Amino acid sequence: MLSPSLQKFLFGRFTLDALPIHEPILVVTFIAVALGGIAVLGAITYFRLWGYLWREWFTSVDHKKIGVMYMVLGIIMLLRGFADAIMMRLQQAIAFGGSQGYLPAHHYDQVFTAHGVIMIFFVAMPLVTGLMNFAVPLQIGARDVSFPFLNNFSFWMTVGGAVIVMISLFVGEFARTGWLAYPPLSELRYSPDVGVDYYIWGLQVAGVGTTLSGINLIATIVKLRAPGMTMMRMPVFTWTALCTNVLIVAAFPVLTAVLALLSLDRYLGTDFFTNTMGGNPMMYVNLIWIWGHPEVYILILPLFGVYSEVTATFTGKKLFGYTSMVYATVCITIMSYLVWLHHFFTMGSGASVNSFFGITTMIISIPTGAKLFNWLFTMYRGRIRFELPMMWTIAFMLTFTIGGMTGVMLAIPPADFVLHNSLFLIAHFHNVIIGGVLFGAFAGINYWFPKVFGFRLDPRWGKASFWFWVVGFYFAFMPLYVLGLMGVTRRLRVFDDPSLQIWFVIAAFGAALIALGILCFLAQIFFSILNREKLRDVTGDPWGGRTLEWSTSSPPPAYNFAFTPVIHDRDAWWDMKTRGYVRPLSGFKPIHMPRNTGAGVILAALATVCGIAMIWYVWWLAALSFVALLAVAIGHTFNYHRDFYFPQEDVVRIEGERTKLLTQGA
Amino acid sequence: MVLFSTVLMLLIIVPVMALTVLFAWRYRQSNTEAEYDPDWDHSTQLEFIVWAAPLLIIICLGALTWMGTHLLDPYRPIDRIAPGRAVAANQTPLEVDVVALDWKWLFIYPQYGVATVNDMAAPMDRQIDFHITASSVMNSFYIPALAGQIYAMPAMETRLHAVANKPGTFEGFSANYSGAGFSGMHFKFHSLDATGFGKWIAAAKAQGGALTRAAYLDLEKPSENVAPRAYGQVDQDLYRRILNMCVAPGTMCMDRMIAIDNAGGEDAMHAGKGMPMPMPMDEHAAAPASGPLQTGAAMPVKAAPLQGAGLPNPHLLQTHLMAASRRSQS
Repeated sequence: MLSPSLQKFLFGRFTLDALPIHEPILVVTFIAVALGGIAVLGAITYFRLWGYLWREWFTSVDHKKIGVMYMVLGIIMLLRGFADAIMMRLQQAIAFGGSQGYLPAHHYDQVFTAHGVIMIFFVAMPLVTGLMNFAVPLQIGARDVSFPFLNNFSFWMTVGGAVIVMISLFVGEFARTGWLAYPPLSELRYSPDVGVDYYIWGLQVAGVGTTLSGINLIATIVKLRAPGMTMMRMPVFTWTALCTNVLIVAAFPVLTAVLALLSLDRYLGTDFFTNTMGGNPMMYVNLIWIWGHPEVYILILPLFGVYSEVTATFTGKKLFGYTSMVYATVCITIMSYLVWLHHFFTMGSGASVNSFFGITTMIISIPTGAKLFNWLFTMYRGRIRFELPMMWTIAFMLTFTIGGMTGVMLAIPPADFVLHNSLFLIAHFHNVIIGGVLFGAFAGINYWFPKVFGFRLDPRWGKASFWFWVVGFYFAFMPLYVLGLMGVTRRLRVFDDPSLQIWFVIAAFGAALIALGILCFLAQIFFSILNREKLRDVTGDPWGGRTLEWSTSSPPPAYNFAFTPVIHDRDAWWDMKTRGYVRPLSGFKPIHMPRNTGAGVILAALATVCGIAMIWYVWWLAALSFVALLAVAIGHTFNYHRDFYFPQEDVVRIEGERTKLLTQGA
Repeated sequence: MVLFSTVLMLLIIVPVMALTVLFAWRYRQSNTEAEYDPDWDHSTQLEFIVWAAPLLIIICLGALTWMGTHLLDPYRPIDRIAPGRAVAANQTPLEVDVVALDWKWLFIYPQYGVATVNDMAAPMDRQIDFHITASSVMNSFYIPALAGQIYAMPAMETRLHAVANKPGTFEGFSANYSGAGFSGMHFKFHSLDATGFGKWIAAAKAQGGALTRAAYLDLEKPSENVAPRAYGQVDQDLYRRILNMCVAPGTMCMDRMIAIDNAGGEDAMHAGKGMPMPMPMDEHAAAPASGPLQTGAAMPVKAAPLQGAGLPNPHLLQTHLMAASRRSQS
């Protein structure tokens, strides 16, 4: 056997005890995941798909494929995050009258922390980034994003963060601190194990990806718009994407910095957030919310854009109040930096400070309200087609309004002193995140799916999923509003008062309905692929679209546009259609395109290894992987084979096939 | 107030939701009788209403918020014990020092020299003046039937003023997750009449047991679902020491450190400003209070709480001194 010092050198603080073989729930989960994983890997190997996946997807710098991969990541992580959710609902529904439920504190506290972290960072963020990645370049008539390689690298860094968080399930443990890891609880003294380090490194690795992708999309929107597309002719989704990415670039460095300070405390014994030696935990709470509040607008703004596109398209009308929509978005962007303190009115900031932040919070509801009215008046005198994207939009308008109202209630400091940290708060933010972000993601998925793959999503399964989700949401979260008003606090594991149980049982029933909603969504994708010929769309414009992405074939060619379109009005594609636009049939030229590269995958893999080595104190591996990371990054700058010309004959062939399809369809 | 503001918001919310349903129904595709106006995308009047109506409501709500927040500020002593009944001028508030421990609540009654764990009582109609801190991590002190919550944070003090008007036993708990034993961190709050409260104090005294510094250090160790208990005697200086992180022998109190810092630091004292100052690390032996130091302050630093913050001097000020003193010790 190894000597203890050699073992410590080689493996840091990792020992075989870190494997949770004594926790039956985790063992069963691990076996299920392992079997599933082996099945998937086996299938890929059997069908000889590795080469295809590597060449066409993993190393792809095509923004459309990267967008799709983001969505796949978001959906996979949704399953994990939702598994955590249903475990919590079950625990809280049965832990009454002396029962301890089935989860010990050690496990339960990890579950609610992981649920929050995963849902925000690895579900909502990838879904939002995926939609932006796919749609924005198409909407502005660009052939790709400004920095295609960076885009690929950003995606894999996000995956790296997700991998780190997932590994914590089976090796060691995750943080038991709540999703924002407030010190002093997250300091080494009170959380000496690997959990908080998994949290820190998972978010740091993913955060690099998010920040870079923000920079990339800003540059794309600012620099790559087609001629004629002035700022005030950009589609609203592109506007919201621009504002969101500005927020990302301004806010995520704060998160990176505050987590770096926390790691200095934990690794080097500094005292930024400790109780003694001049540390101050309140500084962490302020900093994390200076990131955290803009973060919720980072999530919601692009979906506001989706709702705008969907409403205009499915009412067959111009969007009402485009200008005020844009200014409302910009107002929200700026205001989102002036409200962070409303997350901790109860920290004792004094009445004047609390009032200031309460009132700024209420002010944000003005532009948000204006947006709702604008969607409403877009519907007015329209011809509304109740396809799935529009159904999700209506559900959003009704649900989000309630969430907005409870949000303003929480913004009144005297009310917050009563409701803070209660289940009312939990109900509120699920109300806006599910009712806003998730409903919007489903609207976006149903809306753009035919553009991505050339066939629509099956509406029957989609409607089943819609109704399970919407009804399930109300069953799951309205009881939490009631419980919150009764004074029940979040993150409790066991309860004394038996009269509360019925509400938790109703909430658990709601979670079960949502589970069916998720299953139906997966079935929707499965059956749509199965019946893709029946759902096929050859026009490239199945919904009567208004923006440029609908002018391309479905799926769009790798180069998006054979000729860069010239824009004369808002709703560029609608304008082209009404003015009798004729698709060019000749004169095609070779197209300058970026070349695929594996550097992003390799860099992200090294960063992930480095993070894991830091978590387990395996210093030699951390140093080695970090040096390798730098070496590969520098080496990649010497890669001069970064572009190629998409051959003219291929353009002619692809465009010719599209012409044939269009004439057949007509 | 919350009710009023909810009604205000419903002025917008209800029409929006009703119109959403109405428009969705009326302008459905199959209803070809409804008007269809695909290019109608602007109306100055409507846009004006869309921005102005929420703005007006928020102005009302904002004014309400400003007044309500100042009126109900937990740091402000209350001026009435019930509607129409002002606080009697001769009545001293009941002082309760609250400490959130891992994972139970300690209540010290300095006016009565008793302390309780996970059990609290107060006489009805008498103002309670809470001083709140924590031993290790953040908690939130919350008795919903009595008043709003406020964080309990280590090395910092928060304040809460409240009064109970109804007799009974109510739930109190931590409303901020604090680790493994968080779920069991609750207690009963008894609202009693004057004689009942007298009996409760007497019973606590009769239970005996002294909450000395040593006993506190024992109590402070993490434990879960702790049964209520009482201490008949309390070290009078204990709460100050808990707040200043110096209960354990051999630790310097933070207030003292701040005082030294305000006096110009260790160098200023050794430079012979006429104040020879021993610096014992174990304050069991340290008699002098921090008073004389402040009078001879070379660098006048405001020792009063930050306005609005209600918290002791920012600890950032102490950083250098503490680090320096640790270095010089080692």
